[in-house]
Amino acid sequence: MPALSSTHINILSKVAAMSSTVSATSGFWKRNQQRLAPWLFLAPGMIMFSIYVIIPIFQSIWISFYDWDGLGPKTWIGLGNYAELLDDEAFYTSLKNNILWLVLYLLAVPAGLAVALFLNQTVAGIRLYKSLFFFPFVISQVVVGLIFTWFYAPDFGLLSALIKTLTGENVAILADERYVTLGIIAAGLWPQIAYCMILYLTGLNNINPEQVEAARMDGARGWSLLWNIILPQLGPATFIAIVVTVIGALRSFDLVSIMTDGGPYGSSRVLSFYMYEQALSEYGYRMGYGAAIAVVLFMIMMVFITLFIVRMLMRERHA
Amino acid sequence: MFSFKAATGLALGYALTMSAAFAGELVINSDQSDPAPKKAMETLLEGFKAAHPEVTIKWNNFDHEGYKSAIRNFLTADAPDVVSWYSGNRMAPFVKAGLFEDVTDLWTENKLDDQLKSAVKSMEIDGKKWGIPYSYYQWGIYYRKDIFEKEGIAPPKNWAELVAACEKIKAAGMTPFAIGTKALWPTGGWFDYLDLRVNGYEFHMDLTAGKVPYTDPKVKAVFEKWAELVKPGYFLENHAAIDWQDAIPQFVQGKAPMYLMGNFAVAAMKDGGLKEEQIGFLQFPEITAGIPMAEDAPTESFHIPSGAKNKEDARKFLAYLATPEAQTKMNEVLGQLPVNNQSAKSNDPFLKAGFDMLANAYALAQFYDRDAPAEMAKVGMEGFQQFMVKPDNVDAILERLEKARGRIYK
Amino acid sequence: MFPTPVQKAAPWVRHAYTIILPIALILWLLPLIGVAITSVRPSADLAAGNYFGIPSRFAGIDNYTAVFRDSPIGWYILNSFKVTIPTVIGAVGLACLSGFALAVYKFRANLLIFFLFVAGNFIPFQILMVPVRDMTLRAGLYDSISGLVLFHIAFQTGFCTLFMRNFITSLPFALIESARVEGVSEWRIFRYIVLPLMRPAIAALSVLVFTFIWNDYFWATVLVQGQHAMPVTAGLYSLNGQWIAAWHLVSAGSIVAAMPPVLMFFLMQKHFIAGLTLGATKG
Repeated sequence: MPALSSTHINILSKVAAMSSTVSATSGFWKRNQQRLAPWLFLAPGMIMFSIYVIIPIFQSIWISFYDWDGLGPKTWIGLGNYAELLDDEAFYTSLKNNILWLVLYLLAVPAGLAVALFLNQTVAGIRLYKSLFFFPFVISQVVVGLIFTWFYAPDFGLLSALIKTLTGENVAILADERYVTLGIIAAGLWPQIAYCMILYLTGLNNINPEQVEAARMDGARGWSLLWNIILPQLGPATFIAIVVTVIGALRSFDLVSIMTDGGPYGSSRVLSFYMYEQALSEYGYRMGYGAAIAVVLFMIMMVFITLFIVRMLMRERHA
Repeated sequence: MFSFKAATGLALGYALTMSAAFAGELVINSDQSDPAPKKAMETLLEGFKAAHPEVTIKWNNFDHEGYKSAIRNFLTADAPDVVSWYSGNRMAPFVKAGLFEDVTDLWTENKLDDQLKSAVKSMEIDGKKWGIPYSYYQWGIYYRKDIFEKEGIAPPKNWAELVAACEKIKAAGMTPFAIGTKALWPTGGWFDYLDLRVNGYEFHMDLTAGKVPYTDPKVKAVFEKWAELVKPGYFLENHAAIDWQDAIPQFVQGKAPMYLMGNFAVAAMKDGGLKEEQIGFLQFPEITAGIPMAEDAPTESFHIPSGAKNKEDARKFLAYLATPEAQTKMNEVLGQLPVNNQSAKSNDPFLKAGFDMLANAYALAQFYDRDAPAEMAKVGMEGFQQFMVKPDNVDAILERLEKARGRIYK
Repeated sequence: MFPTPVQKAAPWVRHAYTIILPIALILWLLPLIGVAITSVRPSADLAAGNYFGIPSRFAGIDNYTAVFRDSPIGWYILNSFKVTIPTVIGAVGLACLSGFALAVYKFRANLLIFFLFVAGNFIPFQILMVPVRDMTLRAGLYDSISGLVLFHIAFQTGFCTLFMRNFITSLPFALIESARVEGVSEWRIFRYIVLPLMRPAIAALSVLVFTFIWNDYFWATVLVQGQHAMPVTAGLYSLNGQWIAAWHLVSAGSIVAAMPPVLMFFLMQKHFIAGLTLGATKG
């Protein structure tokens, strides 16, 4: 527990002096203040959070048992939406793409570490370099999507021009069902690597230098030093990097919507996009079906959320 | 210093300020976000203001794509007084849900059955009229006259001639047809015309109304014709990556000298640097001999939501919209055909050609994504796009469409 | 320090490093550089097929004026500010209160509530889409800035509470205890003792939430449809539909839309990174 500094003491005495002049509070409040105060402090945040986050989760699950177009009356169809999902080709495409996202997006973690190791030097101007490397993360995904759409565009995109000069082939990445999801994930990795990099740079900054020196004395070099001494100390950074990357992969919507709108012929859909399409886009107002897709996505996420929370809980117990 | 009280105050104040319309104000929601339609709408509003200075107008202009889902929300939640929408099957869900106002009285009062004759069918559901149409345009094959002359190709009149022309163009190192299918709908134009020419209007209407299975051999026949153009590579190779506008340069540069499109494409072709005499217009050629020629001609219209607050002024607006003067002015800006047959005729050669073609048409279809319900259109056009990339998957695609049909038309 | 500082390495390594560094940066930012150059290219270059060469002339002023003059992007940016600023104030404000409650008081439901906030913050927000949209519609807030702001405040409260709670836990608890002994009321402890110490956390969180909300696209498309309330991300998407084949305008528009968070980042870099990496060192 941190000790009190002189500034702390200073603040304390001022506030205490102020309070002593006004202490005519009622008995009940005085007795129960400690018990009631946390709930009063929590109330505004909890009310908002319950209305907009907690309750809607259950409403969504509820809606997923109905056939509902958002306007007329709801019809209870039990597990009908889920049964339909099992027989829906587009659902499997989305699920497959989501898994692809999840696996490939996690490359951002080692890639971010690599960039961080590359930049963890003290040469002139390195601060600016670090900022510029981080910069893609600050840009909106909409803009990232537009940038990469241009980058990939056949005929006049920079990347396709490069591929054409190298191989002589004209590849339209975003129109080819074999490459389209990979192309979108690559665009997503760009800011995500930047994010992981900054986490690792901060982690590297806080590494215990004595341990590193001691290990060096023992003859540890390169990979073994990284693997045995550095990585364990980067544990918290790795944890956060994995958490945000997994969440990012499962939420991926913006890039798909901007770059391909799910195309060509639906081959780049992911669950979050497919649910939006089914529930809200021009072509479908199947709120129940959309909700069912969202519930599946939620279930996948719950696996990870549970893992995260168990780990945090263990840390809380330790602390 | 940050103050919590101020923040809550702000948040609450924020929540309480809601947009409210003033009485006597006419609220119009529409989706004229592209430059030409926007200007046409401004022309219309100016004309209306001059005719009815007592009405104040509040015009909410929406993004074209976003509007399609937005309309569902505002029709139920906070209805404006006038909305733009499309006729035919596209308005059926709103009519059936009781969200549109019956405006048959406007038609009888102003004798519109006569003046708006060509659109009567598409505005009618259950014997009542549900809006006022103001503009439509033709679809067809636009081609490069100069290139056709240079290569010695005569404008094809039937399928065999079309295929022969394609062969010749391909041999000359060009791709016959420009197309961009990223937004899916351009594929709908191809399907419509092939089906209208192979099987005829009645079959096409039955199909889009969900009465015929997609696995019917007659549908398969449509795709067989289509494959005759897809398999030899008669369409731009990367069509799935580009939008219809992106394909225009290929047409302009002479790399793809034919383009099946709506008449709005002419403006983009001219913008790209083509002169009027370089562009020719061609009715989609005959395929099955003897089948009467029906055409695609999407009609645009305005409607009154049943939840409108100012229906009196809304009716004035629709009545004005129906007049030949209003339609003439508006369509001059739009570069489209007025629905009112007493409007002034345009001097534009493409509009003239379109007018002649449509006047003699056996029947008018609205376009695949307006004739078929929205959801079916999405699945369908996705299948068409896939077919244009992988023509060998036709059976799997048609089975998927059939499954969707079984679910959508209940 | 790991890896070994280049200063200690062989001279050729040192030289190689100083050469590779800028090259790596250029490769890393290549898509962005390409777009930046396209944004100052005259449209004639694109028509003539000069996609990658040096622009035939500097058309930056033309393109950027065209973007502001011919499109409502200025209005979209204003909307983005109208959404972002109240959200930052609201979410950070609520999180100060709830974070304080969870960090300072020991009561049975404490951890449960904390994890509820954490879990809510991790969920794929698509699961909220249908009910939140429906609720916003029924409250008459659909297609309005207020509807978007209220949702953002609520959703961001989860992340912000997690952040604030962890920050306050790291403050000396003895401070609060001694104040209690002196008879200072709980509200005053919060207002006059803890809140002043939270300034760095408030700054870091504000910068972060600003960026998150500015860059939000999903909710902007779910809760807003018309131009009057549309923030710049969704606005840019719809403009992209009009600017097809006009890549010089798309590029200029993208850069304009990206500017505010980028400026925010470079001006408040220290706070930004502090906020983002909270927990990266101690878990």
